[in-house]
Amino acid sequence: MSAADDVFRQDFPVKGGDFAKAGTAACRIKELLKDLGLDSWTVRRAAIVAYEAEMNVVMYAWEARIDLSVTPGSVRLVVDDRGPGIPDIELAMTEGYTTATAEMRELGFGAGMGLPNIRKNADDFRIESEVGRGTRLDITIRTNGRRTP
Amino acid sequence: MIALKDVLALLDGELLTSPTSPEAAFHKVFASDLMSDVLASAEPGALLVTGLANGHVVSTCAVADLSGIVFVQGKRPSAEVVGLAQARALPLIATKMTMFEACSRMAGRLEDGGHVRR
Repeated sequence: MSAADDVFRQDFPVKGGDFAKAGTAACRIKELLKDLGLDSWTVRRAAIVAYEAEMNVVMYAWEARIDLSVTPGSVRLVVDDRGPGIPDIELAMTEGYTTATAEMRELGFGAGMGLPNIRKNADDFRIESEVGRGTRLDITIRTNGRRTP
Repeated sequence: MIALKDVLALLDGELLTSPTSPEAAFHKVFASDLMSDVLASAEPGALLVTGLANGHVVSTCAVADLSGIVFVQGKRPSAEVVGLAQARALPLIATKMTMFEACSRMAGRLEDGGHVRR
């Protein structure tokens, strides 16, 4: 098997404002990672990261693509959105800070825990944002090559 | 550990999904209406107690490996939401009790109902 064959990749489009379908990509990513035989702890962390990121896109951005890539040693999720961007990333990373609307809160989200929770579940987390253009999250979860038997 | 049948009895609950294994049981109970708190702090295998009854509650439990949901204060999810849970073999329970009363009744049955403090 060549190095290229070792990588599983798939893209998932996410539409901003589509609350009815929110979570679909994360659930699909979870199923894929389970099917690939990753251990349940890694699958859970990646699914939580994907779900929080997907909800952020639905709540705040216009559209995004979640790019999943899996190697024997890691799960990487790159979430590239077209949206308003984040003026103050440090503030947005503060637990409890939120700009959520009442509609978002009624669904149980928008408590200001999304980005901190993504960082908590990631081994490597990078965020870049440009106001008026969008936000890019680059998240890596190391698996140490563990697989369920 | 608290068995599904004991949850139903303690909460005078109604099982909204098809009967699962009579052995079904939960290691922990986590109560919240904030799904981000569930994602951040609930442990896999826990039973969620919540006053929210939308489809995101089921998705959140599926993503975070929770094992069942109690809807308090007479809240009832739609048939579509019940279908989502059914497809994921996630038992749904409805009770008329408040969240506090439901938690109080179950707390006595769990040796360690609390989750790891953050």
